[in-house]
Amino acid sequence: MTNHWVDIKNADFILVMGGNAAEAHPCGFKWVIEAKKDRKAKLAVVDPRFTRSAAVADFYAPIRAGTDIAFLGGVINYLIEKDKLHHDYVKSYSNASFLIDEAFSFDDGIFSGYNAEKRSYAKDTWKYQVDKDGFAKVDETLQDPHCVFQLMKKHYSRYTPDLVSKVTGTPKDAFLKVCELIAETAAPNKTMTILYALGWTQHSVGSQNIRTMAIIQTLLGNMGMAGGGINALRGHANVQGITDMCLYSDNLPGYMGAPVDADIDRKTYLEKRTPKALRPNQMNFPQNFPKWFTSLQKAWFGPAATDKNDYAYDWLPKKDTSYDVLAMFERMYQGKFNGFFCQGFNPLAAVSNKKKVGDGLAKLKYLVIMDPLATETSEFWKDFGEFNTADPSKIQTEVFRLPANLFAEETGSFTNSGRVIQWHWKAADGPGESRGDIEIMAALYLKLKDMYSKDGGKFPEPILNLTWPHRIASKPSPDELLMEISGKALGDVFDPKDATKVLAKAGEQLAGFAQLRDDGSTSCGNWIYGGCYSQAGNLTARRDNSDPSGLGQTLNWGFAWPANRRILYNRASCDVAGKPWDPKRAVIKWLGDKWGGNDVPDMRADAAPEENVMPFIMTPEGVARLFAPAMSEGPFSEHYEPFETPLDKNPFHPANPKALSNPAARVYKGDMEVFGKAKDFPYVATTYRLVEHFHFWSKHAKINAILQPEQFVEIGEDLAKEKGIGNGDVVKVRSNRGYIKAVAVVTKRIKALDVDGKKVHTVGIPLHWGFKGETKPGYITNTLTPFVGDANCQTPEYKAFLVNLEKA
Amino acid sequence: MALQSLDIARRSATTTPAPSIRETTAVAKLIDVSTCIGCKACQAACMEWNDIRDEVGTCTGVYDNPIDLTAKSWTVMRYAEVEEQGKLEWLIRKDGCMHCADPGCLKACPSPGAIIQYSNGIVDFHQENCIGCGYCIPACPFNVPRISKADNKAYKCSLCSDRVAVGQAPACVKACPTGALQFGSKEQMKDYADKRIGDLKSRGFEQAGLYDPQGVGGTHVMYVLQHADRPELYSKLPNNPSISPLVALWKGFAKPLASLTMAAVALGSLFHFVSKGPNEVSQELEDEIAKEDAK
Amino acid sequence: MHVTRRQFFKVCGAGLSGSSIALMGFSPTAALAEVRTFKLARATETRNMCPYCSVSCGVLIYTMGDKSKNAKADIIHIEGDPDNPVNRGTLCPKGAGLLDMVKSANRLKYPEVREPGSSEWKRISWDDAVTRIATHMKKDRDANFIEKNTDGVTVNRWNTTGFLASSAAGNEIGYLTHKILRSLGNVAFDTQARI
Repeated sequence: MTNHWVDIKNADFILVMGGNAAEAHPCGFKWVIEAKKDRKAKLAVVDPRFTRSAAVADFYAPIRAGTDIAFLGGVINYLIEKDKLHHDYVKSYSNASFLIDEAFSFDDGIFSGYNAEKRSYAKDTWKYQVDKDGFAKVDETLQDPHCVFQLMKKHYSRYTPDLVSKVTGTPKDAFLKVCELIAETAAPNKTMTILYALGWTQHSVGSQNIRTMAIIQTLLGNMGMAGGGINALRGHANVQGITDMCLYSDNLPGYMGAPVDADIDRKTYLEKRTPKALRPNQMNFPQNFPKWFTSLQKAWFGPAATDKNDYAYDWLPKKDTSYDVLAMFERMYQGKFNGFFCQGFNPLAAVSNKKKVGDGLAKLKYLVIMDPLATETSEFWKDFGEFNTADPSKIQTEVFRLPANLFAEETGSFTNSGRVIQWHWKAADGPGESRGDIEIMAALYLKLKDMYSKDGGKFPEPILNLTWPHRIASKPSPDELLMEISGKALGDVFDPKDATKVLAKAGEQLAGFAQLRDDGSTSCGNWIYGGCYSQAGNLTARRDNSDPSGLGQTLNWGFAWPANRRILYNRASCDVAGKPWDPKRAVIKWLGDKWGGNDVPDMRADAAPEENVMPFIMTPEGVARLFAPAMSEGPFSEHYEPFETPLDKNPFHPANPKALSNPAARVYKGDMEVFGKAKDFPYVATTYRLVEHFHFWSKHAKINAILQPEQFVEIGEDLAKEKGIGNGDVVKVRSNRGYIKAVAVVTKRIKALDVDGKKVHTVGIPLHWGFKGETKPGYITNTLTPFVGDANCQTPEYKAFLVNLEKA
Repeated sequence: MALQSLDIARRSATTTPAPSIRETTAVAKLIDVSTCIGCKACQAACMEWNDIRDEVGTCTGVYDNPIDLTAKSWTVMRYAEVEEQGKLEWLIRKDGCMHCADPGCLKACPSPGAIIQYSNGIVDFHQENCIGCGYCIPACPFNVPRISKADNKAYKCSLCSDRVAVGQAPACVKACPTGALQFGSKEQMKDYADKRIGDLKSRGFEQAGLYDPQGVGGTHVMYVLQHADRPELYSKLPNNPSISPLVALWKGFAKPLASLTMAAVALGSLFHFVSKGPNEVSQELEDEIAKEDAK
Repeated sequence: MHVTRRQFFKVCGAGLSGSSIALMGFSPTAALAEVRTFKLARATETRNMCPYCSVSCGVLIYTMGDKSKNAKADIIHIEGDPDNPVNRGTLCPKGAGLLDMVKSANRLKYPEVREPGSSEWKRISWDDAVTRIATHMKKDRDANFIEKNTDGVTVNRWNTTGFLASSAAGNEIGYLTHKILRSLGNVAFDTQARI
């Protein structure tokens, strides 16, 4: 979330699309209700199903799963056509005026630079025109045909209400009604918040779904505002924190790109990741990359990382290819893995194409499960009849299952979706011999270190030199770890403006990432968490919930990264002169000599408005990107059909089969072949959560098993009638990868849609069941889902695929 | 000094007057259906706080689970898909004891102290005194009490009298994520309901209103309904509920008659009561009635 | 109104069993009308956080006993933390059911191994488990570690053992896991956050 949970109450209009906040985040959803009660805010829900969010909405519009870009592209077209833009904001705070390379083009669904064989783009035309100083050229009149605004206008002009309705199945009047509600927030003192979740991410075009909304929020001037922003309602209690710690090989903690083979040495590596400003006077905050990276190396390798050995740069592995979850299961399936660890993760249930996952696990030499619960994955080798067919005698994988503790049995910090890091305290010991994850990982590491120091082995240096400054080696304390994450002075840290002034003495905790240095005098495990555990103590444990502004900022509750800032880009809540667009909801303002107000300014504190330092400090341009070259499938979004689509062509590009589905999405050999076709699998399926359950977890809790005891699928009354299915009948749902059986819930809440002249039915498939737990045993829903992911981040397409069904 | 933390207003089958000089505030729970997302947090909190776990049931083609109130499910959500002027509405109602000001169950209950009405309005069942006769069931205009097969005693929502007695809100209300459940003095709840009704009217629900049925003297659990003119839309919430005529008969005619004409039997049964307890007395009488019926 | 003879007797008869006795002054004692005693009166309260979704609601965990040496803290109740600015004491059905997650019959209690080809679990000690797992890891790493790629660039990576990290675990374990994996040269790891 660029904003935070409580801030939702400041919105004038709330759009729930690509998510179902009432069911997936009920306690956060309260702030939607508060906005409705106290601000007379309106709520609209756009979803293939009439959800429990829709039950309390002012307006609901149905949509075909997987067509959000068509819908949102139509919104962009509407805003431009009707001139419902926040003009000053767009002109000053976005790259609307930037000129793009003249060779950039878009032709029948494909951008310039496409390589069909590699399914990827060369991006050399997706760039700004630059002047002799390396700064991007702009046309402040926004009239140049190569300026971003004109290119964008042209690009989305194809998204007419008629075509939008034809593709999405949303009735035209319903689409226009949502456009109207959104457009009202173009007024400088009105804001819209968007609450989305996996309904947008779990598509082969997931990242572009969100990008399209980011364009809308920029055009409306809603970024940085109280009650605005782009708000990803994330999954687990600490999914934000684990993402921040970057438990994936692409990044080092704090979203620092990890070394790849091309980064042959530290110098090359740093140069590539330390951008130069693209406009004069911009903060270009990533220019500090060397400080963050060097401090991380010092945190990990301590005195062993010195300027003599390039701060142990070569001790970090270099990545050669993708190792996202789909890529890993592909490798496993190909027999390229010997071992695998699941730390509180149940991939047999959670990853698409269960059969492929199960077959992969059976090829391993060893599998280690660390979990508080007996998961399906831990028993993939056991036969559970139709739910999981297996012959243990044929599976040679050695499986270890280690009992881990739950939240109640541990002390430490979680980071919520609004980036607020909060501390919690252990209440009781776990059952039996269960242990905390920290203790488990420490035991494995210490055992390996012991083996390498006694017996030697391949490249032991990083293992033997890893810092381990824990009072009890086998039990690193959460406090010690958070202090390491937050950052320490190793030597005295001086003020760059006054070399005689010591900002932090050697051994002290640092006040924040501004004190990090690239000379080895500081250590910091995750720069964005810098200062969360300062000399003042553990700020994540703060419990002062006072809210003097009434905006719900509670600046003394926990600690929000970065720098305890609650609303990102909050400089954009003011006009160029530093006056709030909406004085009634002022987040910050220019106080004459500095920025201040109701949040930690997202701006150099003394940057006077005349200096023209723009609000989006994490980009080298200083402004928000309507045109974003970093994306894999295009700098603008485009509607592509899901990989399993009920249509045989993309209505936006009927003549170009290459533009049917995301041209840049990665598809493995063998997976393309098992995509189902509409003639065999005519119904659009989408998987989702129910409010009564949490993934594959709460089915182990009796109370939740009572509340939602048995697997079901939801179908509309039309489809039920066509197929002769009665409410409560058991049905068999098949995709090209397998089948599940479940009770049919026949409902008015799912309607057949008119798509391109065709009647399209949706089958709704809640995902919580499995063959372990207190609920009635059920099938793993991901037996059905396709093994393809988003082109940028490889999040699987769980939300739009094809099935058939019949009475079982 | 009274022996209980909440003052008693009425006890079932008891004519001794309750202490009544203390002035206590009437409490109420307000269920604002228009902000209810049907998440069942109230059901979960109720089970957890009251230490009851119902059977793990099945899916019968609806979201309702458990499908009905039971001795172990004191509150359930009822989901109704209603199409109003071509617009789909999913009307989700939390069902459970309404804590009537004039409680039919208490009036019908023949066992002294099995049903208590506290002066704050809570109607509570005391299983220690329950004889399992089941009279509270037809006497309830909302079909709420349930007899447990395990111990043959009647159960229903207590409005968390144990929490209210120590100054806490009921577990369901505290949990409710959207604030669709509110708890406070009945006065406060009515004021709050007014505001909600105003908001609903401004959003086009012209018939929005409060459900506080006077046929049972008003209730200490009230609803804000979008369509207050048609409570039956909400999974058959009764329109103008009143106490069963049978209970009226019992109070007005049968009870004095029985008291007078069967005084001798009463004296006899007293000794029976003292030695064997009320449950068996009831059973004996049941048998007599059955014999009578068979003739 | 239609009342059958049976109903009439039933009403009179059962009514008699109770109220006529009470009429004569033999009521059960007043103490029996007391509400259920508040079960948390002296329980220990600990502030924690719901582990499910990213609202990360504050919870209060109540345990039996006062944490004195001989009283084993056992969790008896969990409810929302009213001070938490986001959930303000509320919980969803998952959060309100957390007690049953903590107490789930499917909680793991001991390290176990399922040997190759076996159809059952075998309980083992922590020492055994850690030694056997570390031995597997070292064997795989030493056999498949890549020091230089085909271009001769030092890459120091291990990619034949994969690791999936939980998003339900805290920041501290997330950080420590990342640190340990990189020190081993591992590049084959991902998180639940992706999906």
